[in-house]
Order: sequence, then C-alpha cells, then structure tokens
Amino acid sequence: MSETISFTLNGEQIHTDGSQSIWEIAKDAGTTIPHLCYSDRSGFRADGNCRACMVEIEGERVLAPSCMRKPTDGMVVNSASERATKAQKMVIELLVSDQPAQEESPDPDSHFWDIATSLEQTTSRFNKRTSNYAADISHPAMAVDLEACINCDLCVRACREVQVNDVIGMAGRGADAKIIFDFDDDMESSSCVACGECVQACPTGALLEKSWMSASKIDRKVDSICPFCGVGCQLTYNVANDKIISVDGRDGPANEERLCVKGRFGFDYIHNVERLTKPLIRKDGIAKSDISDLDPANPLTHFREATWDEALEVAANGLKKVKAEKGPHGLAGFGSAKGSNEEAYLFQKLIRTGFETNNVDHCTRLCHASSVAALLETVGSGAVSAPFNEAENADVIIIIGANPAVNHPVAATFFKNAAKKGTKLIIIDPRKQNLTRHATYHLQEKPGSDVALLNSIMHVIAEENLTNLAYIENSTEDYEALKEHLKGFSPEAMAPKTGIDPTTIKEVARLFATANASIIFWGMGISQHVHGTDNSRCLISLAMMTGQIGRPGTGLHPLRGQNNVQGASDVALIPMFLPDYQSVEDPEIRAKFEEFWGATIDPNKGLTVVEITEDIHEGNIRGMYIMGENPAMSDPNVTHAREALCMLDTLVVQDLFLTETAAYADVVLPASAWPEKDGTVTNTNRQVQMGRAAVAPPGDAKQDLWIIQEIANRFELNWSYTHPSEVFTEMTKVMSSIEGMTWERLEQENVITYPCKSQDDKGQALLFTDSFPTASGRGKFVPAELISPDEVPDKDYPIILTTGRLLEHWHTGSMTRRATVLDAVESEPTVQMSPAMMEDLQVSSGEFVNVQSRRGMLRIKVRADGAIQQGMIFIPFCFAEAAANILTNDALDPFGKIAEVKYCAVQVEKVL
Amino acid sequence: MTSSTSFIQTPKAPGKARKSGKGRFHARGRQVEPSARSAVDGLLDGRGLERDQLIENLHILQDKFGQLQKNHLAALADLMRLSQAEVYEVATFYHNFSVVEDDAPAPPITVKVCDSLSCCLAGSEALTSALKKRASSGVKVTHGACMGRCDTAPVVRIGDTYIEHATVEQTLTVLDGRETGELPPSTISTTALPFDEYCNSGGFSYLKRLQENTDLIPEFIGKLKDSGHRGLGGAGFPHAMKITSVRSVPGPRYMAVNADESEPGTFKDRYYMNSNPFQFLEGMLIGAELVDAEEIFIFLRDEYPDTAAILRDAISTIEKTGLNNGRRISMRRGAGAYICGEESAMLESLEGKRAIPRQKPPFPAHVGLFGKPTLINNIETLYWLPEILEKGADWYKTDGRNGSTGFRTFSLSGHVNSPGVYLTPAGITASELINEFGGGMKEGHQFKAYLPGGASGGILPANMADIPLDFGSLEKHGCFIGSAAVIVLSDQDDFKEVGRNLMRFFEDESCGQCTPCRSGTEKAVTIMNGDHWDLDLLQDLSDVMQDASICGLGQAAPNGLLGLMKYFPEELT
Repeated sequence: MSETISFTLNGEQIHTDGSQSIWEIAKDAGTTIPHLCYSDRSGFRADGNCRACMVEIEGERVLAPSCMRKPTDGMVVNSASERATKAQKMVIELLVSDQPAQEESPDPDSHFWDIATSLEQTTSRFNKRTSNYAADISHPAMAVDLEACINCDLCVRACREVQVNDVIGMAGRGADAKIIFDFDDDMESSSCVACGECVQACPTGALLEKSWMSASKIDRKVDSICPFCGVGCQLTYNVANDKIISVDGRDGPANEERLCVKGRFGFDYIHNVERLTKPLIRKDGIAKSDISDLDPANPLTHFREATWDEALEVAANGLKKVKAEKGPHGLAGFGSAKGSNEEAYLFQKLIRTGFETNNVDHCTRLCHASSVAALLETVGSGAVSAPFNEAENADVIIIIGANPAVNHPVAATFFKNAAKKGTKLIIIDPRKQNLTRHATYHLQEKPGSDVALLNSIMHVIAEENLTNLAYIENSTEDYEALKEHLKGFSPEAMAPKTGIDPTTIKEVARLFATANASIIFWGMGISQHVHGTDNSRCLISLAMMTGQIGRPGTGLHPLRGQNNVQGASDVALIPMFLPDYQSVEDPEIRAKFEEFWGATIDPNKGLTVVEITEDIHEGNIRGMYIMGENPAMSDPNVTHAREALCMLDTLVVQDLFLTETAAYADVVLPASAWPEKDGTVTNTNRQVQMGRAAVAPPGDAKQDLWIIQEIANRFELNWSYTHPSEVFTEMTKVMSSIEGMTWERLEQENVITYPCKSQDDKGQALLFTDSFPTASGRGKFVPAELISPDEVPDKDYPIILTTGRLLEHWHTGSMTRRATVLDAVESEPTVQMSPAMMEDLQVSSGEFVNVQSRRGMLRIKVRADGAIQQGMIFIPFCFAEAAANILTNDALDPFGKIAEVKYCAVQVEKVL
Repeated sequence: MTSSTSFIQTPKAPGKARKSGKGRFHARGRQVEPSARSAVDGLLDGRGLERDQLIENLHILQDKFGQLQKNHLAALADLMRLSQAEVYEVATFYHNFSVVEDDAPAPPITVKVCDSLSCCLAGSEALTSALKKRASSGVKVTHGACMGRCDTAPVVRIGDTYIEHATVEQTLTVLDGRETGELPPSTISTTALPFDEYCNSGGFSYLKRLQENTDLIPEFIGKLKDSGHRGLGGAGFPHAMKITSVRSVPGPRYMAVNADESEPGTFKDRYYMNSNPFQFLEGMLIGAELVDAEEIFIFLRDEYPDTAAILRDAISTIEKTGLNNGRRISMRRGAGAYICGEESAMLESLEGKRAIPRQKPPFPAHVGLFGKPTLINNIETLYWLPEILEKGADWYKTDGRNGSTGFRTFSLSGHVNSPGVYLTPAGITASELINEFGGGMKEGHQFKAYLPGGASGGILPANMADIPLDFGSLEKHGCFIGSAAVIVLSDQDDFKEVGRNLMRFFEDESCGQCTPCRSGTEKAVTIMNGDHWDLDLLQDLSDVMQDASICGLGQAAPNGLLGLMKYFPEELT
C-alpha cells in the first residue's frame, strides 16, 4: 500500500501507509506499548488475546488491541489514556495474581516481569487461583511450569505456525484452558522434536531451557552460525565464564530466528571432558589394530602427550618420508566440510602445493558428488539454482529422496509454512516422514526405483504435451533424444518397478508441469546410489522440459548436508577441481593457479574418498593427513576403510575428539571447534556467512588454520597468514564467484549470496534466469537408463537396508553424542522397522536382532516405526557401537564416485 | 590383520546416556494402535475427513462409546491428517465431549440438571442435591448449561431425554426405565406444520419467484430495508445492511445459520423451528439467494435433538423438491459451548476448531467462514423474511408501543404464572409483558427485578419495569434486550445468589482466549463466592472486562453484577 493516511497517536500526527499495526507504528515512534502475547519476530501472527496492549480509539465503544488494529485515516488513538492504562494494568494485575512470586518465578527476568515492572503492577489485589500443575521436567532440554503460564498462546503459534511441528495446543477452556503436548502427554514422551521455538517465544519462563541463567550473569553474546547442517542458521551464543550457556536463533535469511534441536541444544560438545587438549603421539609398541580397550576419555593407554613442536615434527616428518619414498602420490588428505572456507581452502592448497598431489577430498563424496556431477554436466553449475526459501513462491514443491524434517529441520519449517498456505507438496521417498501429513501426494516408491519413476513422470509430460516448448526451444539442447528415450517409460510399464499406480503418476506429472511455479528439492536418497548421477539427470530434465527453472518459485535445489559442504567444494576440497570448479586437468587454468600460488600443480586429477581406500589397500598411498573427517565411521563397507587406515605408515588426524579414525593415528592434533573460530561458511543457499569465535579452544588445542600452516611450513611453503581474513582475501582473487565480497563486508552484513560480482552486489539468489553457464549457454538434456541397485535382495539377503541420519545426531556422532541433550534424547543405536516386519520376526520393541550383509553383521535393538515400508529397514550411521556402514555397499556411481549407502541387501534375525 | 572382521570394533563409543536405559524403541510420540485404527475407520467409513468435519466425527465417537478414548483420538488424528494436539484441544473444549484414557471404564449414566438462572429460580439446586443422594451409585449427577426449556423449569437431561418440570421422583423413574431399557415417552409434543400445509398457505412462493428471477434481488433487499427488520439473535443489526455488506465482497460466499440459541432464558428459536420449520427454511433459502451463497451451514445446538430431527426431515424434503437450488445444506451439531452463539466463534466451530471468537475487524460479512464473505443470521431473523416479503414492509411496522414499531418475540420465564414464548408489540414494558402475557406474578412472589436480555443483558429493579423493551432503550441503564429473554425475579430470591449464578455461568462458558474474561470471570466468582464482596475491586474489574474483552461474552459478563451493585446495593452487604 502506498496510499498515505494520517492519524493521531498520543497527540502526535503520524503519516503511514496503513500496512502496520498501531503497536508497530508506536514502536517506530519510540513508544513500546505493553504486550505479552505479541511478538514482533518474523513468522509470528498477532493474536490479540492478552489484552495488555489495549488502546483507546476515539468514538469506539470499547478499547482495541494495538497489536492487531491498523489505523485508518483520521483515527485518534491514545495508548496512555486513563481508560487504556487502567485496562493494561488490570490485565497484568489479573495475571500477576496467578503467577509464582517474581523471586520464585522460573525466570524472574522474563518479559512478563519487565512489563509488570514498567506498569508498576507487580502485585495484585486478587487471590491466586487454585491450580495444581505439576512441573514437567521430563525433557532433557526444557522444563515446563504451567504455574507461570499466562495462556498467551505464543508457544502454540511457535510450534504450530512457525515451526509447524504441531505438538503444542491449548486444551480445555475458560480458566481451565491450558497448554498441552499432544494428548496432554509429558514433553519427553510427546512428539516434541525439541526445536525450542516455544522456549524462545515464551514471555514468562513457563517454558524454559534447563540451562537457563539470569541475563545478568551472561558475560557476552556472540553472533555466529550453527555448526551442524547446510541450512546455515544464524544464531547467538550466550557465554558465561567462558562457557556457552545457551543459544538463541538470530534473524538470518535461512532461518529467520528459527533453530532445531541440534542448533539450540547441541552446543555443549565443545565443553565435553573428552575434548583433546594436548597433541598426542602413538606410544611405541602399541599396534594400530589394538583398539579394543581404547577409551576416548583416556587415550593415554595408547598415546602419549607431546608438545606441539614435537607432534608437528613427527607428523610432518612422517608424511615427508612417505613423499620421499613413494612420491607425491603416496600421500592424500581428507579435509572437512565442518570447518571454515578459509581452512578448507588452505588445506587443499597445502595438499596441492606441499604434498604436490590432487589426492584431496572430503565427505561431499559421500553426499552430493553425483548431484554435482549431473549439474555440472547439464547446467554448468554445481550449486543450487535457487535458495530453499523460494518454496514460499512455489505452487508445487517436489521433495524427493530427502527427509528435511530430520536432516534440514529449519528448511523443512519453510516447506511446511508453504504447504499450509496452499502450496502443493509432492513427496517421493520410500519412507514416510514428518512432512507426509502436509503433502498432497506421497509416492512411497520402491527403494532405488527413482529413474523409473521420474522417467515415467516425464513420459506423461511429453506424451500429454505438457512441456514448455518455448523454454525447450530457447534455452536447452538435445530434447529430441530425451523425448525419444522417454517413449519406453510409460507409467503402466514402470508401475511394477516403482510400485506406484499410473493414475497417481499422471496426476503428479500434470500438477508439476502445469503449475505456474514448481521447485525440486532432493537429498541423499537421490545421490547415494550407483545411479545417483542418473537420478539427478532426471530431475534436471524434469525441471527444464517444463521450464520450471530460472524464475521465482522454481529451480533445482540439492539440499546440502554439512554446514560447509558447499563452501568446501567451492574452494576445491575435491580432487578434480581447483577453486570455483575449474578443472585441474585444464592446462590454462592450472597455469593460472601455478602462477598465483607459486607452485607446480599435478596435471592429473586426484583420487576420491573411496578410491583412496582402495589405493591404500593396493599399497600406493602410505601417508594421510585427515582434518575433521571420520572415515572410520562414514565410509561405506567401513571395516575395509578402517583396515586401510590401519595400513598407513603415517596417519595424522586433526580433530576435537579421539574419533574412531583418530584411533588409528600416529599423531593426533587437538583442534578448534566451530564456536571457537572466526571464519566464513557457505550454506546450501550459496549464502556465505560470518562465523565468530565465542570461546577459546580448551587447553593447548589450536586453531585449525594455525595447524595447517604449521604443517605447510614444514613442507617449506613459508606461509604467514595471521588471520582468516587474509585467506579470504586471497580466495576472492581466484574465485570469481565471490570476487565482490570482502571480509569487512561480511563482518558488517553477516551474509552475502554468491555469485557476487562487485562490492555493491548483494549477490544473485536465482540462477539461470537468462541462460546457463555452459559452453552453448543452453541446458543439456541427458537421458537416464534403468540401472538396478548394485546389490538387490535375494534368498539369502532378502531385506533392503537403507541408512541415514537421526534428527539429533550429526553425521558420525562424534560431536552430537557428546552433547548432553542430544545424547539423552537419542542414546543408543536401533534398527527401525515396520511393526509388520517385527511380527514376522517375532521380535518386540527394544529386543536385539542380528542384521547381516555380505560385508558384516550388527547386533542391534529394534525400534518400531510405521514410516518404514515392509521389506526394508533403516539404520542410522552415527552409532559406533553398531556402525551401519559395516553393512553398506561400497559400489560406486561411475560419474560422481559416490557409494550406494542408501541401498544394500541384508538378512535380519531375532537374537535368541 | 588378514581379515576385515577384526575392524568391526571401535574405541569405546561416545555417549553417556545409553547407560540410563531410556532408549527410544518406538517412533516419537503416541503411535496409532491397529485395533483403535480399525475401530475408527469402521465408524467413519464414508464420512468426510476434511478439517471442518472434526467436531462431527468426534460426535460419532462420543455417541458410540459414550466418551472419547485417547487411542481412538490418535487414530482419528491420523485418519484426518491432523496433529494430535489439534484434535485434543477441540475434544477438550466442548462440554459434551469427555476425553478419557484408553483403559477408562465405560462411562456412567449422566444426569444433567440445568443450572441456568430460570431453572435455579425453580429449585434446580435442591433437585441436584436430592438426586445426588438418591440416585444409584452408577449414576453421575452433574449440572448442565441452559437447555432452552426455561418455561418448563427445572429441566433435567439424561442422554437425549429431557425431563421438564422435573422432580426427583420423575427423574428416578426415567433412570429406572433407562436401566431396564425402556425409554420414557418424550415430554415434547410440538407439532411441526407439515410441508404441504405450508405450501398451501403460500409458502415458498417468494423463494421461487426469486429463484426464477434474480433481478428481483434489489427489490427484495429494498423491502427488507424499508421494513426495518433487524437481526434477532441479540445484536439487532439491520438485516438489509448485512446482506448488502456481504454482497459487496466478491464470492464465493457462504451462509451460516446460527441456531445455537443458548443465552439463558431464551427458547424462542426452538419454538419457531419446532412449530414452523419450513417458514424458517424458506427465509434461509431466500437469504442464500440474496447473497448467492455457495453452501449453507446450520449450526444447531446439541441440546435440541427433537429440533434436529424435525430439521433433518424438512431439509430432506427441500432437497427432494429442489428448493435448495443445488445448494448444499449442512447441518452441524454444536457440542456444548455457549460461546458458539457469538458469530465468529460459531464460524470457528463450523471449521472444526475450538470456538474462540475472532478479532474484529474484519467482520464475518467480509471475511467469514473459510475466510470468505458469509451471511450469518439467527433463526428468527430468517423466519420473518417470507412474511415480510409477502405482507410488505408496512405490515412489519404495524403494532408497537411506546414509540416502537412492529412486534417482538419474547421468551418469558421466572416467577410468572405463564412462562412461554410470546409475540408482543415491540416496545412493550416488562410490567406489561408480565401482566398481559405472563399471567402476572406467581402466588407468594412479589415482582422485584427482571433481566431484560437473558444472563448477559443486565438486571433492572421492578420500579424500572416501565421502560420499553427494545433495541436502544435499555443501554443507558446498563442493559440491553439481546435475544429478548426476560427472566422475572421476586422478593423470594437471594440476589447475591442470582449474581453468583450469572457470573458462574460466564466463568463456565468463557472460551479462555482473552485475559479479562478468562481470568476476570474466575476472579469475580471467587470474590462473589465470599460473604464480603469487595465492590471497588469488582467495579474496576467489571470496567476492564467490558472495555477490553475480545467478544460480547466477556464484555457483557459483568452486566448482571453491575446491575446488582447499582440497583440493589443493600442486597450485597
């Protein structure tokens, strides 16, 4: 609205466009009208139930809630008249009477008491209502004390409308109305996912973090980024006595103050007693394979403490010895997607210019390598074409092979917001999930049948002429070949493979193709297959043939997993590319970098994660430097990978804890956790964000950047970086994608999206609006053939095993299992299976089964979960005591070199 | 190191909590039991599973099992794709639902004694305590909100059986019969005017005319405007203006009929629905034509099962004859919530939610049911439409006294000889109403005070019984006519108890959404339950309840108290 109206507020004439409430206008004018049930945070609807913000409007019979009321032209409003003040104070007086005394309140510093104090209404003439709400302290992270509840409904809105977790409700009515979880269950046994949004919203402390501490005791607040997933939530660390006490969500573009259980409650791993605080060197005579009685809490049984000088010397000398004996190809490095861009950049630079090999990779290989391969091949850019927030502008959303409520919980909230506003959600995944309830369609396909399913959807679009011919004509190439190819993939022909009836396929195809704006999100269910690249090719073709790309609400978005997997890949922590995905095998590009870095670069691309394992087994690679990766847990067929680690002459591991990988190390270097470092990090939306150190690393643990440089200088690289900003500046000189960014800009703006071409460029959120960054400027269709999963079920191994994450545990669990709350919520390994399968196996919840594949066996307890299809089981890979990757298959996708950890054949037996 | 098998081991796994033995062996939250799922599936087979059907579906479970078991609710939530919290909060909001644990015993037979003011004046309290003493142990005796039969007070409800002029003996007899399986004869003997007779006397001719020629719409609206017809549910909003307002917003539009007559002392809508359902329905269909409503919803309170049967038959006749012009007419059962009389709360209930009033603006005429413009009318408002169109605007303005024009339907109860529904000249005074229609005061009772508009319309002393009872004439005395429910009090009544009765009613019926009403009614009751009333505090509290409550319930809740404080201070010492 641009129309200007004018009204009077407390005697002052105010001009406004009529879009804001009286409360908001008053706040802008410097008056904060008392309020309890209202929050001006984004996503929170005004509800007007507390009546603390009542104002008097001339000519109206009753008072009006300023949080909901918008002014009209000529209106005369008074927020401090006798009538208004009387109502405001009476509301507080009524509520104060039923509150615990301020000093006994769960949160004496709460917003409620602030308002009561400001209105000088901290006492009441009314008697306390008889109530006997028992405190609910069942949850490890949060406490509920309804005695302090004022029924303001903010937690209901936080849970239902903002995060859409739908756990909290207002039950009963009148004075007996009360906040409940599910069916008035205790919080711990309810369906609560502990996002903590309710705690952040609660104005009284009725819902409160158990770690709550009075604001007066907080020494400092440090703005940073969440260390866990690729969503990249901005947050604030509250620090007291050099410890992080609590975390608040901050208003970043990816999270709008929202967090999930990991971001909000998973911070105390950095203070865990098992943190490594001194460099360690393996004791003489302790075999690497001898780990049965190694306890990360007390590594001195197997290692001895060393000074940094000694440890760095032993590490560098060991690696240099391998280089001398085997040449550069005897060395390899695994960097980390958990660190900063600056660390990742320096790490690959060290491997390339110090080790003089391209054998550098990281967990992207087990993540979206196949997606990136397909994207680079077809559209010329490996990152997302649109931020996930474009869900808001989409009419149709496909989520395939992803479980965002578990793996990208805050992104999932925006998908649910969109669905609630009417966007049609199509979920394609063998497992049911939290989002299923909000979906228009959930195609519970047979595992591994993605190509058949997507080709059949495209078949319908092509046959029914639902394609966007103009787009195909103007912006793509090779469509005719795809069209011809799709003829053999009718939904009827594919139904036996996919398990989805043809009618549904047709409906979904029409819905997606004919919508004004459709967007596709995908995850590991697409990428972690031997046909992972083909899966992605199909998705790309689907978007291009319907022209659902390059506009608001459209696009391709592989949901990136780790907090910095996008950035680590961008800065070339991968064996085939130099920064910005420039081929290491291109002599021109190589020459440019050789000049810039002042070193020669191996003209051959390096080996990938799983290939490195094989190469060790073949006796070629003999030395490794592993920074913040845990292949002894994360690699497929992990016993094979562990054996490889054990075979190395020199293994240097740099980490926070004595991980399963560090157990095989010769030298262990104690490193810095994310909240202990300054650095930039790039999320799934291509948003580069500024992380800031909240606390110092414990003991003698060092900044990773310093450690990398110390190793580098022992390889005679003579680096002298004194601060991450110097590294970032260097990156901007060789990465055109971020050339418009500076450290100072990021310090100020907190976030800038790439591509960012100049100092005043805010960054380009939507890609491919005009053309594709390919040689021809066009997007290329690449047809995908049906390829079976590498290991299909048979008589001996009749069940399909799929693996993945749990909401509470990050990756291999090295951090999250050491976070008190997360450990308490998910404490031990289980195999999830349908109640029907449990009946077949005659096994009850919590009983042990043996799960065996061709590669190994696990003894593991059973968890009943109706979301799992019959004939399939799910095991999370974060538990060392039952490592799912003992069972998984290390067969690779030929293009992305990603292993098929989403699919292998197993047998399951009850343990008698 | 020859075989990979030795690499199955790792160092000691991290994590301390597994020692607690609190592993998670079920998916998070309450899971749906297969047996509960099949029970609920079977009951709801073929029924709508959209959100707005939630209350209807809860009724089905409540009717079948006599209560709502949590395992059934979990199955219902799953089936309707709602969260468990969404189902639970609705199920616990309405008085006629009772949520129990999975293993709860079968519910007892429940005897509800109406405790609204009219029944209270007729001795419902004594009846309750006597029944509690004498009913068998398997019977639960409790109170119920106004049952809309105030002319036959006191009233007792057992299931769908209502006992009028109830006595202990009579109630026990009914209970015995119930235990032996014999249902008592209905005490209700209203005969509804049959369809043929209604048609023969010219019924539906104006509806048909309108359906044949929509050009008549402006003329019809003009007639309504000229007649001065106003909404008769309580607010008295000019009817033609409301229709015009709804029409000003582009469609689709809805029509919602408020048959949730639950203001204590009010039973006139029930009278019209039971005696001449087709006239009301014709009025409804005319209204729907005038705003071109997509669909019509009738929200009928659950306390009128006889009316429900009459309307179901009548609607089916109308659908068979095509008089609905293709419009779906959905009848929805209330579930025990006075607040549903508030139009926006009723809309929430129709959408399958807790009945909490919406903030205004926007008004339901513009943003109503499912967010669409909605014409909301009360039964009697619609009842007069065909007659106004047939007999003309002037006819509707004939009669009237004391400066008012037209006529008014009163529900008269309390200490008069002939309580009942009376069509009187508009502007009649309370003393005229009592003497000319109510047969005067009952023997032994001297007229002392009256409530002109049910529980919410305030209270006036007998010496102010010469005020015309009409819209606008009572407001200056702190009262309003509302639904025209006049309750007559006498010198035999304990006025403090009257005040408590009224405030307890509002405490019981407050939806709990806003602080002034939720907490205010509770605090007021607490103070008023004491011997000494802090009148200054009650005055302050009442001022803010009137000024700052969201809806009319909270705003009007202190009216009775304020009347007592103003006109009967000597009774409160």
